[in-house]
Amino acid sequence: MRILIRNGRLVDPASGRDAPGELLLADGRIAALDGEARGASAEQVIDAQGLVVAPGLIDLSARLREPGYEFKATLESEMEAAVAGGVTSLACPPDTDPPLDEPGLVDMLRRRAKALARARVYPIGALTVKLEGARLTEMAELAAAGCVAFSQANVGITDTQVLWRALQYAATFGYSVWLRAEDRWLAGGGVAHDGEVATRLGLAGIPVFAETVALATLIELVRATGTRVHVCRLSSAAGVELVRAARREALPITCDIGIHHAHLSEIDLGYFDAQCRLDPPLRSRRDREALAQALADGTIDCAVSDHTPVDDDHKLLPFGEAEPGATGLELLLPLTLKWGGERRLGLAQTLARVTSEPARILGVGAGRLAAGAPGDVIVFDPDAPFRVLPGALKSQGKNSPFLGYELAGRVRSTLVAGRVVYAQP
Amino acid sequence: MTPLPDAEALLEPLVASLRPQLTPTSAMIGLYTGGAWLAERLHAMLGLEAPLGLMDIAFYRDDYHKQGLKHDPKRTRIPFDVEGRDLLLVDDVLYTGRTVRAAMNELFDYGRPRSITLAVLVDRGGRQLPICAQHCGARVEVPEGMRLRLKRTADGRLRLELEPHAA
Amino acid sequence: MPRNPQLNARGELQHLLSIEGLPREILTQILDTAESFVGVTEREVKKVPLLRGKSVFNLFFESSTRTRTTFEIAAKRLSADVINLNIATSSQSKGESLLDTVANLSAMQADVFVVRHASSGAPFLVARHVKPHEHVINAGDGRHAHPTQGLLDLYTIRHYKREFGGLVVAVVGDVLHSRVARSLIHGLTTLGVPEVRVIGPQTLLPAGVEALGVRVFHDMSAGLRDADVIVMLRLQNERMTGALLPSAQEYFMKYGLTAEKLALAKPDVIVMHPGPMNRGVEIDSSVADGPRSVILPQVTYGIAVRMAVMSIVAGN
Repeated sequence: MRILIRNGRLVDPASGRDAPGELLLADGRIAALDGEARGASAEQVIDAQGLVVAPGLIDLSARLREPGYEFKATLESEMEAAVAGGVTSLACPPDTDPPLDEPGLVDMLRRRAKALARARVYPIGALTVKLEGARLTEMAELAAAGCVAFSQANVGITDTQVLWRALQYAATFGYSVWLRAEDRWLAGGGVAHDGEVATRLGLAGIPVFAETVALATLIELVRATGTRVHVCRLSSAAGVELVRAARREALPITCDIGIHHAHLSEIDLGYFDAQCRLDPPLRSRRDREALAQALADGTIDCAVSDHTPVDDDHKLLPFGEAEPGATGLELLLPLTLKWGGERRLGLAQTLARVTSEPARILGVGAGRLAAGAPGDVIVFDPDAPFRVLPGALKSQGKNSPFLGYELAGRVRSTLVAGRVVYAQP
Repeated sequence: MTPLPDAEALLEPLVASLRPQLTPTSAMIGLYTGGAWLAERLHAMLGLEAPLGLMDIAFYRDDYHKQGLKHDPKRTRIPFDVEGRDLLLVDDVLYTGRTVRAAMNELFDYGRPRSITLAVLVDRGGRQLPICAQHCGARVEVPEGMRLRLKRTADGRLRLELEPHAA
Repeated sequence: MPRNPQLNARGELQHLLSIEGLPREILTQILDTAESFVGVTEREVKKVPLLRGKSVFNLFFESSTRTRTTFEIAAKRLSADVINLNIATSSQSKGESLLDTVANLSAMQADVFVVRHASSGAPFLVARHVKPHEHVINAGDGRHAHPTQGLLDLYTIRHYKREFGGLVVAVVGDVLHSRVARSLIHGLTTLGVPEVRVIGPQTLLPAGVEALGVRVFHDMSAGLRDADVIVMLRLQNERMTGALLPSAQEYFMKYGLTAEKLALAKPDVIVMHPGPMNRGVEIDSSVADGPRSVILPQVTYGIAVRMAVMSIVAGN
C-alpha cells in the first residue's frame, strides 16, 4: 500500500526541517519526500492542506494497565487513545499486576499489542523480581522477550547495595536502566510537595531533597558503574541542576519529565483537587519554571505523558487517599505544543522533545521524516481547539487536571508502519 | 396616605395608658431594635423597679427556613425572673403579629409569666395572626410594599420613617 | 483558583470547611451570633426552635466522642434531629466509599452533614457532591482544619481580651500535625492579630510555616515573652517517642507549660488548650487548673459557637 500525503507542512525535528512538501509511504516505511514523492503513484492520497505532517509521537511512559488492572483500562482502549493522540510508539513501565518480571508476561503483552495493530509497544522490564528491590530479574531473558530497558516504575530500590549490583549487572550487557529518583524514606507517607501549599492544606509533604538525595546516589553509582541510566520524571529545579552537572562531565545520563509538570505547580491543587495528585508531586512555581526551561535547553531530553488511567473509585477520594496519576496519551501533543508556544520555540524544536529525542533514548529509528525511516507519521492541526471532556477521551482513564480546559492541537490522521491506524471522524 | 405621627408625641399618652395597669410584679421587655429604644424610654418614664429586659427574637422567627439567620442577632438579656411576673412586652410597630408570637414563644423558655400585655408605638394593621395590642400609640395606614421603622437620632429622639420593603 | 467552595453565589456561608479564605465579616458574624447563643445556653430552657424538623448527620469517619458530643448538644439545642454515625466502625469497613455513604444519607433527607475524617480535604470532597440545599460542616479533617475549634478559640480570646488588635498569641507544640493550629492561625491573622507566634522543635513545625503569617520560635522562653494568649497543642501519644521526639519527659522539659515559664508572659495572659490534655507532657497541672487557664470556658463556648455555625449555614 502506497500512501501519499500532499500539501502539508512537513516538520522533521531530527533535521530541523519545517517546510511544505510531500511524503510518500510504502512498504511500512517512508519511501520518499518532496520531488521524488510528488510524481509517485499511490493507492491513497491524504490532503494535508493547512496541516502539519510530523513523525508520530514517542512516549517513554504510558501505562496500559494490562495485565492486572483491566478495570482501570484495557489494552484496546489505551491503544485507541494512543493513536488518537498521535502516539505511534510507547514504552510501558513494568508496574502491572503481576509486574513485567517474566518473559512470558512480556511476550503476551507484545503479542496482544501487535494483534491490535495500533501503536508500537515497547515493554520495560522489571529490574527486580516483583519490583521488590531485592532480587534481580532475568534481564537477558526479558531482553530476549522484547524488553528495551529495565525499570522499577515508581517503586524505588531502598537497599543501595541492590541498586549498585543491578546497575552493574545491566551495564555488563549494555542494558539501560530507567529509574525514578526518589528516596523512599524521605518521601515516606507524603502526598504533595513539601511546601507552602501542603503546609496550608495539611498534607504530608515530599521534600525536594527526597529527589536530590536519590539523584545524587544514582549519579555516583553511574560514575562507578558506567551504566546508561535514564532518570524518569524529574520534578525539581535542584534535580535539574544535578543532572546538568552530571551531563557536563559526560556521564551516560538522560532524563525526562511528565508533560504535566511543565505546566502545573502545587498552586493547582486548589482546594484538594485529587486530579492534581501526581507522582512525583507537582512542586513550586519556581520548580515548574526550571523544568520547562530545562526541557527547552535540552538538559531534560524529553517529555512523556506518564499516562496513568485511574478509575473514579480510586480518584474520587480525599486527596491523600486518591491514586496518583493522570491520563495523558491524548494530551501529550496539545500540552507539548502549549509548552513550546509559551517558550516561543519553533515547531521542529518543540516536537523534538516527543519524537526524535525519545527515539534516541529508546534506540529506535522512528521519530524522523526521512526516506527509509519507519512509516510512523501524524497529520495534525496545531491550532484546532480541543476541550478536555470525559466524552472526548478515548482512554478509559478520564482523570486529568485539565478536565474542562480548552487546549489546541488535534490529530487528523495517524499512520503506523505505513498504515492509517487513526483518522479523525 | 396620612402623614406619619411624631413618635415623641406618642410617648406620654402611651405611658398614661400603661400606668394604671402596673402591679408590684410588673416588668418590661423591649424587642430589638426599635422596641428596645422605645422600652428604654417607657421604662424610665414609668420608673419601673425591675430592670429592663431586652429581647432579640432571631432564634424564634418562623421565616428562618426562607430567610436564614439575620446577620447580627443581639443577645437576649432578661435580668429578672420571668416566673409569675406581669410582663409588658414593648415593640415599635405591630404588623403581621409574627414577631410578637415569636417573642411570646421565647419568653416561655424563660419561665411562666402571670400575664403578658403588649404595648406598641404604632399599629399598621395587616395582621396574619390573632394578636392585638392592649396599648397602642397610634394607628397608621402604610402602603403595601413599604416598611415602617422607628429610628433613633443622635440626640436620642425617636422618629418614625417609611422605607421601601426591600431595604 | 476556583471560587471558595464554602461560599454560595451570594458570598454567604454555605458550608464551613476551613477558616482560611473566610472574610473577616463572616468570622465576626459567627462570633457575634455565638455570643447570643451563649445567652441561650445559660437559660433554664437551653433550646431554641431554629432547626426544628431539620436533620443533622454526625458523620465521624474518625472516632472522637468529645467533638461528636459537642456537635450533638449544639444540634439538639437548636431542636434539630441528630443522627450519629460512627463510620469508623461501620460501612467504610465494608468497603463503601465516602461518597456512597454520603449519597445514601442524602437520600434519607439530610440537611447538615458534620464530617470528621482522617484525610485532609475529605469534607471538601463531600461538599462538592452534596445537593444544593445540604450543608457540610468540617469537624476536623486530617492535619488540615478544625474550623469550629478555631472559632471557639477566637471566641474565647475575644471574650477575655475584647479586641484582637495589639495581641501577641503564642501557639505551642505540634503544629505539623495540628488542624487546630492551622485553623486558629488563619482566624487570628484574618481578625488582625499583629503577632502570632508558633513555638516548637523543628521536627514539629511544617515546611514554610512562616508563609501562614507567623513568627517561629524554637526557644519557648523567648516565644512566651509578653504573650497575651498561650495556646497549648495536644501531643499525640504516637509522636512522643521516635524520630520526631526522643521522649515525653524531654518534650515537657523543653516545651511543657509550667508556672515558671508562664511568668514570662503578660500578667493577664490566658492559657488555652483544645483538649484532651496530656498533663505533665504539654502542660503542668498547676497551670491547667490555675487562675490563668480558660480551658473549661472554651468547652462551654464551643457549644454556642457550633450552634452559631449550624444555624448560619443551615439558613443560607
